[in-house]
Amino acid sequence: METVQTAIFEEPPINEREILRYMSSRGGEDELRPLIRECLDELRGRLSYKVCHITLPIEIDGNKIKLPCGEIESHNLAKNLSGCEKAVIFAATIGVEIDRLIAKYSRLSPAKAFCCQAIGAERVEELCDDFCESVNEKLGAGGEMLKPRFSPGYGDLPLETQKMIFSLLDCPKRIGVTLGDSLLMSPSKSVTAFAGITKRQEVSR
Amino acid sequence: MNIREFIKNNIVILDGGLGTLLQKSGLPSGELPERWNVTHPETVTEIHRNYYNSGSNVVCTNTFGANILKFDRDELDEIIRCAIKNVDEARKTSSGKQEKFISLDIGPTGKLLKPLGDLDFEKAVEIFAETVRLGVKYGADLITIETMNDSYETKAAVLAAKENSDLPIFVTNAYGENGRLMTGADPACMAAMLEGMGVDAIGANCSLGPKQLQGVMDELLKYCSVPVIFKPNAGLPKSDGNVTYFDVGAEDFSQEVLLSVKKGVRIIGGCCGTTPEYIGKLKELTKGLQPKAIEKKSYSVVTSYNKAVFFGQKPVLIGERINPTGKKRFKQALVENDIGYILQEAVNQQAKGVHILDVNVGLPGIDETKMLTESVCELQCVTDLPLQIDSSDPVAMESALRRYNGKAMINSVNGKKESMEAIFPLMKKYGGFTVALTLDEKGIPETVQGRMDIAKKILATAAEYGVDKKDIIFDPLAMTVSADKMSAVITLETVRRITQELGCNTSLGVSNVSFGLPSRELVNAAFFTAAMENGLSAAIMNPYSERMMESYYSFNVIKGLDDNCMDFINFASQQESQPTAKNENKQTLIDAIEKGLKEKAAEITEAMLSENAPLDIVNLHVIPALDEVGRRFENKTLFLPQLLMSAEAAKFSFEVIKAHMSAEGESVKKGTVVLATVYGDIHDIGKNIVKLLLENYGFNVIDLGKNVPPEDVLAAVTETKAPLVGLSALMTTTVPSMEETIKLIKDKAPWCKTVVGGAVLTQEYADKIGADKYCADAMETVRYAETILG
Repeated sequence: METVQTAIFEEPPINEREILRYMSSRGGEDELRPLIRECLDELRGRLSYKVCHITLPIEIDGNKIKLPCGEIESHNLAKNLSGCEKAVIFAATIGVEIDRLIAKYSRLSPAKAFCCQAIGAERVEELCDDFCESVNEKLGAGGEMLKPRFSPGYGDLPLETQKMIFSLLDCPKRIGVTLGDSLLMSPSKSVTAFAGITKRQEVSR
Repeated sequence: MNIREFIKNNIVILDGGLGTLLQKSGLPSGELPERWNVTHPETVTEIHRNYYNSGSNVVCTNTFGANILKFDRDELDEIIRCAIKNVDEARKTSSGKQEKFISLDIGPTGKLLKPLGDLDFEKAVEIFAETVRLGVKYGADLITIETMNDSYETKAAVLAAKENSDLPIFVTNAYGENGRLMTGADPACMAAMLEGMGVDAIGANCSLGPKQLQGVMDELLKYCSVPVIFKPNAGLPKSDGNVTYFDVGAEDFSQEVLLSVKKGVRIIGGCCGTTPEYIGKLKELTKGLQPKAIEKKSYSVVTSYNKAVFFGQKPVLIGERINPTGKKRFKQALVENDIGYILQEAVNQQAKGVHILDVNVGLPGIDETKMLTESVCELQCVTDLPLQIDSSDPVAMESALRRYNGKAMINSVNGKKESMEAIFPLMKKYGGFTVALTLDEKGIPETVQGRMDIAKKILATAAEYGVDKKDIIFDPLAMTVSADKMSAVITLETVRRITQELGCNTSLGVSNVSFGLPSRELVNAAFFTAAMENGLSAAIMNPYSERMMESYYSFNVIKGLDDNCMDFINFASQQESQPTAKNENKQTLIDAIEKGLKEKAAEITEAMLSENAPLDIVNLHVIPALDEVGRRFENKTLFLPQLLMSAEAAKFSFEVIKAHMSAEGESVKKGTVVLATVYGDIHDIGKNIVKLLLENYGFNVIDLGKNVPPEDVLAAVTETKAPLVGLSALMTTTVPSMEETIKLIKDKAPWCKTVVGGAVLTQEYADKIGADKYCADAMETVRYAETILG
């Protein structure tokens, strides 16, 4: 029987270029870097990197993805998972402290709030990368690999899918991520995604 | 026997894990376990019975997630009825001879409370209240609130339990490896808040194994005067590839829990991964063990959501600046509902090193209850310092205390009957640590003995209400020395006698002493030092006064209260590095704003005010600089972060101008714009950017925040007769609520134009939902506002 597992990750290295990219800044970096560093200083030691995940058998039938816990209809996800018989479903979060800082600065300094948003986005994406990389390493032994992740809200995969993921993974209890009425997650810097598992040679071909 | 009686002389055995056992019995993953109370009563009852058979005194109902968010009213009623019946059935049919109780189990709602999530505090109270009422109706013996990882949600659950039942309340929180809850509270914070609210037992459950939680238990035992509960997991979850299991067996688990019992833990059980075998072992190991007596602790403490501040150790500094008395700019901020100004005061005082912030927003003509409550909630978004809620209006006080996340400091009660009758019941309900002024119906006694008598009277009355003296800090009132040369001597002597004879803490509003004198700070600082030497535990003071801070840090050094003189060295080095700013490069205000240099902009503005009319600075320097930045933004030669930094620099400049003008009794405001992020949406960064820019251009912005119901937007528009309202939404799922808001405005406030923006919106979308205008960014909104309000 497959069960949900929870993992705590080390802090991924900070990628400042990526933060600047999330701030959609071209130029002006000299003024922005001190701002980014101030925010990073204030965040130091306050983030936690948690993931809960499960691997499930899947079956693709046209635009339908059949899982043991139900069925999803999405052309884009079906395409993303094509050729896979299993998929990892996961939720990742960097915790609630980033939202505290965003809440603080949205009241005091929109520039810093904006900067914290960008840092949060970069942090949680790096976490997802680290998680997928760790799964990939384990799969390698069995000649398998992970395809790029795909989240609710991408393409035609409805946000409603969040409800299924949440009931499957029990995110509030495992990693403290909750789902609001409008299908937004709290902490806001959290990601849910599907990632198909495929045979290694099929891709390298 | 009542459980409250039973705990007094016995070690109480709880039950163990339920979820994993239900899954073993066939509960499919994804199905709500609470439904099994109704559909599989025999299975659920069997598990409960096994716990009673192995020695549990208390078995919790299978109602962890039984709340109105997950089930409709009828189903919830049926689930809780059956859940209690199942435990009752197990109790009746168990072979165990021990005392047996049924606890209504309450877990978290699964949602995060505002401001971190979207669940309103009062809504959370109401959700828990539904469950509590049903538990009472169907005959639970006690209530267990468990696995809470947020102090604020815990408070909501406890309030609901207190307001809807007289049942004993057990509370256990889920602490992480850092010894804190997910939202930051440590055991000292939880003990202070929960004991203040009068729960019957406090503890930890879930998240970790017994070994990893020993540190948390030690802390709880240190601070709690009520029985302590320990309900850990069977170690940490491990996976052998397919199946998850917990890595601590029954024997090791029980030995580890036994250690905590020997240290004083009174109530024990297990959480995830534990089974009747574990409980049986606990029972066996604790058999015949005499429970350790529970000592009454006398910590005087206030807390925020993640900080506990103790009194009676080092003197505590309470920042006095959030108070309109004698401050024109502050009064103006209150009248204009300018919360941002108040929040900035909080952050500035924290940077100066205060430990607690006094919050007083009382002003004739404003709704103090609303303003105080909102200020407390907003302040807790920007600072983690505990707050001292300062109001003479008991209604405002209650409202603020209710919403406060932690154990608040209260300012104040006094020896008048009416005052004590108002404040002590609030302390009993919400917890709190109150300043008590030594005055009564007859005024302020002139003698030390007179003030001591009032202090004793206050303590006696407090005791009648069940309020302990550790939760009272006396303010023996600093009077003006220029009016009576002995007044400071009397106050100092009262401080000394209260400290020594009553064993209570003392606090003073220090600066009163120098009223009417020149160079007041000199006298204040001397008085402060003298008071500390007489035992003063706290001062309500101005942290911007260097003299006061110097006295404080120097005193701590001399009294051996500053390890390695670290605080003093820190303070002194900051003092030295400060006034070295050279004025050699003549930067202009326009430069400073364009480069986004906040402090510089404020500094230059300050200097310019001596030679320029305030409005000239705005019109000839601030606005042109913003226009230039805005133009570059529109041409895409500069981007949002730079625009924001410039806007903030302009805001700093504006703040200096405003302070100057309100001192002269003038105002700079153009017309009013109401802003809101629509109902259901919590992404308000775009709205905040628009707000900042509109304020920069002199508009009076009424910011309603995020997740704002349509009626609230209408109410603000109607009340202010605003000609323009701005609405933002990020999510497609919340655009319908934007449409609804626009409809309501068009219908009930037809004079008001609507402008919309946000990630999902387009011109087409805006047209479809009937908005007057779509703006792609903040600059465009400013331009539009200028055409409407010109």
